Amino acid sequence: MNNELYPRLYLYRRIVQAKLFIDNHYPEKIDLNNIADEAYFSKFHFIRLFKKAYNHTPHQYLSQVRINRAKDLIKLGSSIIDSCYTVGFESITSFTALFKRTTGYAPSIFRKQYNKRQQEILQVPLKFIPGCFVSASSRKGNYEEVSTS
Amino acid sequence: MITKMSHVSIYVLNQDSAYDFYVNTLGFEVRTDAPMGPGMRWLTVSPKDQPDLEIILMAIEDGRMFNKESAEQMRTLVKNGTFGFGVFESKDIYATYEELKAKGVQFSKAPKQEFYGVEAIFKDDSGNWFSLGQLK
Repeated sequence: MNNELYPRLYLYRRIVQAKLFIDNHYPEKIDLNNIADEAYFSKFHFIRLFKKAYNHTPHQYLSQVRINRAKDLIKLGSSIIDSCYTVGFESITSFTALFKRTTGYAPSIFRKQYNKRQQEILQVPLKFIPGCFVSASSRKGNYEEVSTS
Repeated sequence: MITKMSHVSIYVLNQDSAYDFYVNTLGFEVRTDAPMGPGMRWLTVSPKDQPDLEIILMAIEDGRMFNKESAEQMRTLVKNGTFGFGVFESKDIYATYEELKAKGVQFSKAPKQEFYGVEAIFKDDSGNWFSLGQLK
């Protein structure tokens, strides 16, 4: 990397640190103004750079991380209410609305669909695996050409 | 007419470790995690915004797709960084580079402006290398 890039990289490191802070502290009450301060940016400049890097404002990104973690918890069997509060939301109503807006499904429907798919995977795993891999795994060897004429 | 690629294989030394790398470090999502006969696991992942391409994290095990000799050869080749399995794109390569580096990912090339865009190169936990690009 050349020296001209260094100031730019310094800014990137600050933005990345802010992103990783959100990744690691998402369940807490995060004041995004403080993150901008810690990154030594004006709030406006911080939001602009963050959005350029991650396609979302810090607030949108925090919400996205919380929803993604809630999806993981629901998949692991956590109740919807527990998932909501564990990832840092303070209202089940706003959590449910945002969850639906983000995933296309209400949390309860999401859980139902996930469980249904997991059941299917357990019952008929080969349905989810392309047949060529199934037959290759039992062949103990390399590819063999078969005459089609 | 072929319309798209739906699955592509990456050979890995250890599926648990690969899961950790691709999901927890790169931030990919698990698409399918299913048992595939005794002792074999079908594990696919992909970037969050690309659900229709499943990257198969395929364990190199003898007695499956490989015989004992070819499995050993394959493990050695992967460990030695012989294979470059593809190109990942980033909207902002400098931010992605800094983030992955902070998470301990090994880069053999820092982002560099090339005639086709900015490119960096990193390795996964097995030794497979990938180009990370921000195309023009």
